[in-house]
Amino acid sequence: MDTLELTKKEKTATATENISGSVAVLRALIAENVETIFGYPGGAIMPIYDALYDYHDKLKHILVRHEQGAIHAAQGFARVSGRTGVVFATSGPGATNLVTGLADAMIDSTPVVCITGQVFAHLLGTDAFQETDVINITTPVTKWNYQVTDANEIPHVLAKAFYIAGSGRPGPVVIDITKNAQLQLFEFKGYEKCEHIRSYRPKPIVRKEYIEKAAQLINEAERPFVIFGQGVILGKAEKEFQKFIEKSGIPAAWTIMGMSAIPTDHPLGVGMLGMHGNYGPNVLTNECDVLIAVGMRFDDRVTGRLDKYAKQAKVIHLDIDPAEIDKNVKTTVSVWGDCKETLPLLTELVEQKVYPQWLQKFKDCMEKEEVKCIKPELTPNNEVLTMGEVIDILNRLTKGEAVIVTDVGQHQMVACRYAKYNNSKSNITSGGLGTMGYALPAAIGAYYGAPDRPIIAIIGDGGMQMTIQELGTIMQFKPNVNIIILNNNFLGMVRQWQELFHQHRYSFVDIQSPDFVQVAKGYGIEGRSVCKRDELKNALSEMLNSKDSYLVEVMVGKENNVFPMVPQGRGVAEIVLGKDEV
Amino acid sequence: MTKQEYTITVYTENQIGLLNRIAIIFSRRKINVESLNTSPSEVDSVHRFTIVINETEDVVRKLCRQIEKQVEVLKAYYNTNEEIVWQELALYKVPTDIIAEEVKVERLLRQYGAKAVVIRKDYTVFEVAGHREETDTLIKVLEPYGLIEFVRSARVAIIKNSDGFHKKLKSFEYKEPGEEVVENEYLSENEKVFSM
Ligand SMILES: Cc1ncc(C[n+]2csc(CCOP(=O)(O)OP(=O)(O)O)c2C)c(N)n1
Repeated sequence: MDTLELTKKEKTATATENISGSVAVLRALIAENVETIFGYPGGAIMPIYDALYDYHDKLKHILVRHEQGAIHAAQGFARVSGRTGVVFATSGPGATNLVTGLADAMIDSTPVVCITGQVFAHLLGTDAFQETDVINITTPVTKWNYQVTDANEIPHVLAKAFYIAGSGRPGPVVIDITKNAQLQLFEFKGYEKCEHIRSYRPKPIVRKEYIEKAAQLINEAERPFVIFGQGVILGKAEKEFQKFIEKSGIPAAWTIMGMSAIPTDHPLGVGMLGMHGNYGPNVLTNECDVLIAVGMRFDDRVTGRLDKYAKQAKVIHLDIDPAEIDKNVKTTVSVWGDCKETLPLLTELVEQKVYPQWLQKFKDCMEKEEVKCIKPELTPNNEVLTMGEVIDILNRLTKGEAVIVTDVGQHQMVACRYAKYNNSKSNITSGGLGTMGYALPAAIGAYYGAPDRPIIAIIGDGGMQMTIQELGTIMQFKPNVNIIILNNNFLGMVRQWQELFHQHRYSFVDIQSPDFVQVAKGYGIEGRSVCKRDELKNALSEMLNSKDSYLVEVMVGKENNVFPMVPQGRGVAEIVLGKDEV
Repeated sequence: MTKQEYTITVYTENQIGLLNRIAIIFSRRKINVESLNTSPSEVDSVHRFTIVINETEDVVRKLCRQIEKQVEVLKAYYNTNEEIVWQELALYKVPTDIIAEEVKVERLLRQYGAKAVVIRKDYTVFEVAGHREETDTLIKVLEPYGLIEFVRSARVAIIKNSDGFHKKLKSFEYKEPGEEVVENEYLSENEKVFSM
């Protein structure tokens, strides 16, 4: 049933009904086409959970093992499906456990609506049991938040919440509902979706003169270079983007968040930007004459030292968020707008071109990288397993059709460097916040967002132990999640920095792990550990063929490093290909 | 770019929590707020914040964009002191006997345009509205005579070349703003007064 119909029906069927605030919350979710909620109950949200008891046929609730797991799952769900993720948590500790996920969703523009229970309104500010000032704690990490103390507000506020979370530049929203409002009976006049808030303009009217200026710069360029971020995916503008680069013939590189917006093997796709991105895109950023940034925000992990970043280039920046324009990099032409609208306008005005010589430069760089970094990683000449070869086998087994969810660290960088994707929304990772512990719960959420696609979580031995409890969620609800632990017996990324920049002083990075396979078994999840090359393919196939979740631990080289690397504080052109160059 | 005093005027919905949302935009960046005033505006139901900071224009512009990004903020403008008419209100409490005895003090107060708000046997409260330098000088002047209490309000400011918010607000009411309201205007005024 489509939304409109449902909304109408809800309206007529309930015109004069008296319902509780809790029921109103659930009706709102149904009207917003929500099917899955990730949550954890507690005292202050009990009325909502009580109402949920009667709605379990319409709303699926996944009971996580920690509220951080709930919000990461909602994020994974949102990222893979392009829809808004929903979380329930109780007051106090339940709500504070959401904070990391909120910060993550905020910085990575992920649409999530979190509903937190709160103590009775008359107890606010009295240090009541499990009372925390959730609104003020979450203000810096939410796009919007609101405390409801009267049930009459619920339909309207939830409509606003979904509208704000999902429109413009998406982000997390917290709605804190006091217990009295959840219990209160009120006259429900129906649920109406929010489509306009006068103080909130999710996207502007596109100004054509800026498109014209941008097109002119592009048409005059000799070495134009496109860099793109998640904006292309969030704007559902993958096709528009592809048309733009294909007509203009401009090589394009992705940020970690923009990855998979175009197929990784697209002839104009020249790789990943950033600290551990590809050599060419980094070096040639400082050789292009026009830099066209689409839906990306010039994060410092992408730009390196700003005063050495693309100083020679004229910069065109297409973004939906005006606060991003000129924030880090001064633009020559800024195109403020939704790239779903601006890209086609731009495509119309750009000339059909090819840049064979310029493109060749990227290929030459890739050859250099191939010899020094890629080959040793993918086809090592000793028996020590590398992270890269695991990804390489996965590519061959899944043929680029999988959703890959990564945690944070070396394995994340390796996965993003080497994974191949055919489809958009396939690379789910904590980019802006770098939240260890993200992958396992996000992969669970991703399963509910795309149940028909293979979901592969790639996690370090450190990160796995941050949210390992979510194996319990898998045990109970049986989402099919493939879990790969790349175990180097170290907090690898920190160890790499200590090796390279702190004179090999390994300070508290030698983390010990439990027997992950045994732990998984304890949760009823099959798994095996692999330390030999000839077992690797077999183990990964077994994992992918298993109908249930399956865990593969791969013992990889303890002190392998990820290269190339733009060392912190250096310019993108100072990217190094190996230890000897640091 | 050099730092100077800027007055930021923010038109907002009247919403609990918004003050905090705006305040943390400054504190997060370790920027000192010299003064902050909240008040009604010329438009019913629209709130007006007046914030004074000492920063470079580049920083102020970025701050305004962050402020405008907040869901309940309608608009943020920034102006230099030349572009506004502004006042601060100061109250001074001084011992009444000294004023009565020292003719000089009375003359001084008159000179600074001070108005007596309360006169009691033991103390008198004067009020002065003016610019910071004026109210500051009067502190120095009164100190030798025993200034008991001093307090100054936040700045309130009127933007000289503004038509007010009535007309602007209309453009916010509609889902699709009319042609006459080009929201994107600030992009062409990159270096000028911020207005989105
Ligand atoms: C919550 C959190 N704490 C600390 C860090 C800092 N940090 C970044 S990478 C990393 C090491 C990760 O180790 P592991 O999970 O084993 O992955 P590896 O780098 O070895 O692949 C750490 C500690 C972080 N990103 N997130």
